[in-house]
This record gives sequence, C-alpha cells and structure tokens, in this order.
Amino acid sequence: MANDGAIASVPVLAAERISKTFGEVQVLFSVDMDILPGEVHALVGENGAGKSTFIKILSGFQPPSSGRMLLDGEPVTLPANSTAEALGIILIHQEFNLAEHLTVTESLFLGREIARFGVLDRKVMRAETRRVLDVLGSRIDENALISSLAVADKQMVEIAKAISRDARVIFMDEPTAVLSREEAGVLFDQVRKLKAKGTSFVFVSHKLDEVMEISDRVTVLRDGQWIKTAPTSMLDGEAIAQLMVGRELSSLYPTKHEPDVDEEVVLSVRGLTTGYVQDASFELRKGEVLGFSGLIGSGRSELMEAIAGLRPRLSGEVFLHGEPLVAGDFREANRRGLAYMTKDRKGVGLLLDEGMTTNLTLQSLGQHLTHGYLDPASEAKAMARARRRFDIRVRDDRVRVGRMSGGNQQKLLLAKVMETEPQVIIIDEPTRGIDVGTKQQIYHFIAALAREGRSIIVVSSEMPEVIGLCTRVAVMREGHLVGMLEGEEISEQMIMRYAAGLRRKAAG
Amino acid sequence: MSTNSEIEERAPRRRTWRDVDLRAVAPFAALILLLIIGALVNPNFIGLTNLANVATRSAFIAIIAVGATFVISSGDLDLSVGSMVAFVASLMILFMNSGAIADPSLMLVAAMVLAVVIGGACGLLNGLITTLGRIEPFIATLGTMGIYRGLTTWLSQGGAITLQSSELQALYRPAYFGNVLGVPVPILIILLVTAIAAFVLYRTRYGRHVVAVGSSREVARYSGIAVDRVRTIAFVIQGLCVAVAVLLYVPRLGSTSATTGILWELQAITAVVVGGTALKGGAGRVWGTICGAFILELVGNIMLLSNFISEYLIGAIQGSIIIIAMLVQRSLTRKS
Repeated sequence: MANDGAIASVPVLAAERISKTFGEVQVLFSVDMDILPGEVHALVGENGAGKSTFIKILSGFQPPSSGRMLLDGEPVTLPANSTAEALGIILIHQEFNLAEHLTVTESLFLGREIARFGVLDRKVMRAETRRVLDVLGSRIDENALISSLAVADKQMVEIAKAISRDARVIFMDEPTAVLSREEAGVLFDQVRKLKAKGTSFVFVSHKLDEVMEISDRVTVLRDGQWIKTAPTSMLDGEAIAQLMVGRELSSLYPTKHEPDVDEEVVLSVRGLTTGYVQDASFELRKGEVLGFSGLIGSGRSELMEAIAGLRPRLSGEVFLHGEPLVAGDFREANRRGLAYMTKDRKGVGLLLDEGMTTNLTLQSLGQHLTHGYLDPASEAKAMARARRRFDIRVRDDRVRVGRMSGGNQQKLLLAKVMETEPQVIIIDEPTRGIDVGTKQQIYHFIAALAREGRSIIVVSSEMPEVIGLCTRVAVMREGHLVGMLEGEEISEQMIMRYAAGLRRKAAG
Repeated sequence: MSTNSEIEERAPRRRTWRDVDLRAVAPFAALILLLIIGALVNPNFIGLTNLANVATRSAFIAIIAVGATFVISSGDLDLSVGSMVAFVASLMILFMNSGAIADPSLMLVAAMVLAVVIGGACGLLNGLITTLGRIEPFIATLGTMGIYRGLTTWLSQGGAITLQSSELQALYRPAYFGNVLGVPVPILIILLVTAIAAFVLYRTRYGRHVVAVGSSREVARYSGIAVDRVRTIAFVIQGLCVAVAVLLYVPRLGSTSATTGILWELQAITAVVVGGTALKGGAGRVWGTICGAFILELVGNIMLLSNFISEYLIGAIQGSIIIIAMLVQRSLTRKS
C-alpha cells in the first residue's frame, strides 16, 4: 500500500489482498486499496482490469474469494445484498437504480419510508428531501417524477439518496459517462462540498482529465493486479495512461487522410427536418471522416437516425450516391450501403443474452444462406474473421455478450455493422465507456475504413476525438447545424464557440 | 480460418459438463424421471402400447404448443388457441356437411385445405391486431379468444356439430386411428411438425429473427429486422399449427361443440414453458416443447394408473407443474 506518510488518519475503508475468482477465471489478484476520510480516490484501469468487480466487493455487493476488509481499522465482513449501505458504504451504479414512475421523494425513501401508525408521512419525507437537495444546491423539485428528469438530475438524486443515508464512502462507477461537461462540472462541485465535510469518494472513470481534476489519489489496476497508488499531484494524464496500458502509448490518433476536393459526394442531406432538428444540410465525400460535435441534446443522434431511416423526417431529402433515399426505411438504407452504429450498445445494439456469432451475423444473415437455410460453418468463419480483424478478445467463444467487457462489446458492435459491407457508416459515440487502449484501436479501425474508400460520420461528445479523427467537423446546437469547420479551424475553442451559440454560420 | 494461429488463442478446449445448458436438458431429465416413477407405480405403464397411447393423446397439445413456441419466442402470447381449435373444427365439419363437393375424397381434401386456410387467417388476425393495432398480445388474443368461442357457440347453437356422412367419417378415420409401419399417425405428425418447426427456428433467417425480436425488439429494429412482420408471421404459424391439430381432432370424434378445446391454451403454454422456452421471449426450444407436452400427458396417465390421487385433480397438478417449471428455470438461470 502506498501511504505517503503525510496523511496519518486511519482509512475509513481498506481492502487487503482481495482476490476474486468467477468459476475458473480469476479476475482480481491480491489487490490492496485504502480510502481515507474526506478524499476522492480515483480507480482507473482498462476495460476488464477488474475495476467494477473490485468496487462491488468494496461496497459489499459481492464477497471476495479471499482477503479481508477493514472498516475504521477493524476487520469487517460486509453484509451481502447491499445492506452495507447501513454502514454508510454506498455504490451508485453505472445504470441508475431509479424507478422511473416514482417521484424524487419516493425514490429517496424507497425501502425506508417514514410512516406514522402505518401511514406514510409524506410531509416529513418531502421536507427531508428538500433539505438534502438544498445541501447539494440542486433545484430539482422534490415532487418531480424521475422519468421527467434529465440524466444529470437523476445522478443528483442518486447522490441525494446517498447523503440522506449518511454515506461515509460513496462509490461512483463512471458517473460522468452520461453527463455533458457542464453537468460534470456541477457534479464535481457537489463532490468537493461533501468531501470538505468528510465524505470519501471512490471514482471509477475512463476520462483521465476528470481524474486529474477531481481526485486526490489514484489507484491503477491492470489485468486484475494492483499496479500503483499515488497522489494525483505526482502524476499526469499521460503517466496514468501508461500505467493502465503497461506500454508506451504511441499516437492515440492515426494520421488523417484528407479526401480530394473533387472526390465523389456519396451522401448528401438537404434541408432535413424532424421534430427537433431543423433544416440540416451537409455533404459527405468518399473516404472522408466527418465529425459531428455539439452538446448532449443538440440533436446529433436524432439527425443521424433520421438520415438512416430509424426516425421519421418531416421534410428534407437524403441522397445516397446521387439517388434519393426513402424516408423511414432503415432496411432500404442498409441494402443500399448505409449503416448506422448506435451509441446505446446495450439497449439497442446487441442482444445481451445471446452469443457473439448470433449478434455478429444478425444484420447480415443473407450472406450465410445456402439454399435458403443458415449455414453455421459460414457464420463461424465470419466470426473468426471478425475476431481477427477487430481484435475481439474473449476467454470463451460461447460467452454471452452481456458478460463481455464494454470494449469487446463495442468492437463486436462495430464488426456487426461492418458485416453489412456498408459504404457510408454513421458511428454514434464510437468510444463511450471504453478504455484508452481500446479507444486507440477503434480510432485506427475508423481510419483504416476511410482509407479503404468508405465514408464515415463520427458523432462524438468528446472533442479531442472529433478533432483527432476528422478532416471536417460539423457543430450542432439546439437542433440546428450551426457550423462546419475545416483544417486549421478545428479546435476545441472553435467547436465550443459554435456549440455554445457564440458563433454561427451557414453550414457548407 | 487457421491462417493466423497466434491470435487464435483457442486452445482446443475439452467440452466439460459445465458447457451443457442445464435449461435445455432439464425437461428431458424430468421426462426420464417421470418414466421411472411410472414404471414403479404400475408395470403396465412402461409398456409400448401404453406409451404410444400417451404420445397419441398428447398430439393436439404438442402440435399447438409447437406453434406457441414461435409466438412465445418472439415475445408475444396467444390465448386464443383453444377457441380457435373449436372454431376451425366447426367450420370444417359444417363445410363437409354442406355436401358442396360430391366426391368424398375430393371433399375431404378441400375441407382440410379450408381448415388450414382458416387457421392461418385466424392467426393472421391475431397478429395484425397485436402489431398494427399496437395492442398487448395478452389483451388482443383474450379478445379473439372470446370471438372465436362465441362464433363457435353460435354456429353450433350451443350444442354439438357432428360430421353426418358416414362415408366421409370412414374415409377420414385413419388420419387419427391409423398406423404407418406400426407407428400411430398422430405420432408421425408430431414428429413431422416438430422437425419442420425446428428447422425453421434454428436454421432459417426467419427463425433467427424470431429469437432476436423476442430477445429485444429495439436491437432487432436497429439491426434492420422488420419486427412487426416477424411477429405477425409467428401468429400465422401458430394458426397453421392449430389447423393441423384440428385435422387430427376431427377424425377422432367426428364432432365438435362449444366446449371443445377449453383450457388448451393453458396446456400449450405450460408445455412450452416446461420445455425450457423463456416466457419473456428469446431462446425457443421446439423439441423441449414436445417433451413438455408429453410430460403433461404422462402425469395424467400416471395419476390414472396409480390410484393414489384422484384423476379429477389433473387440472390442479398441471397448474402446479407450470409454477414448478418456472421456479426450476429461474434457479438454473442463476447458476449459469
């Protein structure tokens, strides 16, 4: 363990030589970690490094196979089934545990409602909810339905829930994955406030700039092993990335290839309007990687889904290789070589209960028909090919997709989409929730696809990604395409200016 | 495939017992257990004649349940199958009684074609109400269940509809009572229907789409699958299976009434669930379904032969089986 001596206080919670085995597979190897009162401790590592398993053990959701836990320096066995919450140890899941049709107050008191003579005391509960939300400086209405809240506000409700239970240690699994920058900023302000009052945080994230910004110490895991624990001030993003990957990160982004100006226009969108998106027009050339930037909720996904035919369009036209594309017919778009890769791989991208092959070939079963019936050998061949091409690493071929790491799922989703042999590929958030190493791989896949002469649209909320990959960047704001940046213009400052509404020009 | 052996990190793994999906094996294990219990209860039970009888009697439910496997795998439910049996059978017999075609063989063939067409049409109606009408399948087929049953009662004026021509009856009888190489026809029909269904479900594009739609409609939609079409066709397949069951049912008694097929939907769903198909959609197991239908019939048979339990309790026992099957299914899911 890395106690740097300067801090003498007893850790609130400490893990000693924690190992965990699932069946025959060991995922954690004797990992140590200590959490001091009032610190923000970042836990980082590549996908599959064991972070999620580790925090589930630390928060009592799973028992360790060996090793022990110390609470205030005393050995403790955390009670199973999340009753560790009573000890002030609270895990906020990646996917929130909120029932959509309850109100904020009902959510806060779910499972520990205050009752008088068996009748719910709504007044007291509402007052307490308001008090906690005020502590957080949040303006959410305590009577609002969860379903009416924005993602960031739902997160705030989860935190309010944690505070109302006198949390001592709050575990957050990728809390900012679904938040915009501004929303993440608000979250971090709350974290700092609570930290000053002595609450500890353990923060799992892939966004290293955020780790640098918010955390006091960093613990790095790699392949289930403890690699290093150090004060954040002694590290920089590059150093953490290297510890995670265990090797020098060569350039994260591949070299860009700008298509010739007279290259064929493969996709042309004119005046496209949906319920939210207004009058969007742009063109995409052969071999081009076009970025779409903007804040969350600026209408990028809606525009892309309307182009692909997954959403109705009110007006406007889409031309694929010069031929008009019928509105609302995703299958037709598919057949004509336009593919859309969703950002929601778990919700709408992959069948989590099925195996890899079923998922891989689902969109392209026509290629595996012999005399009208499916040929398992042909599907197996495609699977082997996809595993090589996209470097999908799994221990067992027959694993359910839901059990694979996020990075492998993302590669499988990309492979599935590529099986349809598309010429135009719209990739929505290519690297959401995956680690640095896999990100780099996916960037190189995208560049390679463009070099093959395919045209790619990358929709991303991570500006470095858009800047690093794309030769042109379109910026959207509140349903409007407000800017189209090229060459030297492409920078975080410029994108931000358009995205925030400080500048605007006719889209080219 | 073997060009790049470094990346192929798949060391030839031996298949261990862990790899066996317990949910797929469980119904067959239960069947064997029942056979052993039956043999202990009564030595006549294990005889070929008795078992062949049991299999023959399970034919209606088994064939209907094969159709239900498609509907349930695609994430829907069809409660109307029992009423549909009565309705299709009534129309078929009424048509044969009408004497529209003089030649008995021709008449019989026409009547059979008619039954299949009506069955398919009833299924199509269920499918369209569910998909185009965007009504929960539970409610949609609860509605058509009432409609088909009501129409049957009206057609039969509350009584029975009986096949009048004895010539037709004699001609049609072997479809249920006949043998081919010593095997009763209904058993052959079960095997044929199941083999076709298994082929469609496991080896065609449509079958894969059924599983995808049942597993997640949204994923299916984003994969370019025509979700509504897949669901509707599943209902049509259900209707066709009902029609095939009717083709076996009519020669058996030569008669049908307003009470024909009551609670068959429950038995069909039970057979599907006992067979290991998840009620929430996704994985469909056609052979498991047949096994489930056979288990239901065997339990009844054992009760008859044993004298321990009154056979009037059959309904209660079958009800218990579906609950136990769900519990077993869930506990096996947790382990895997």
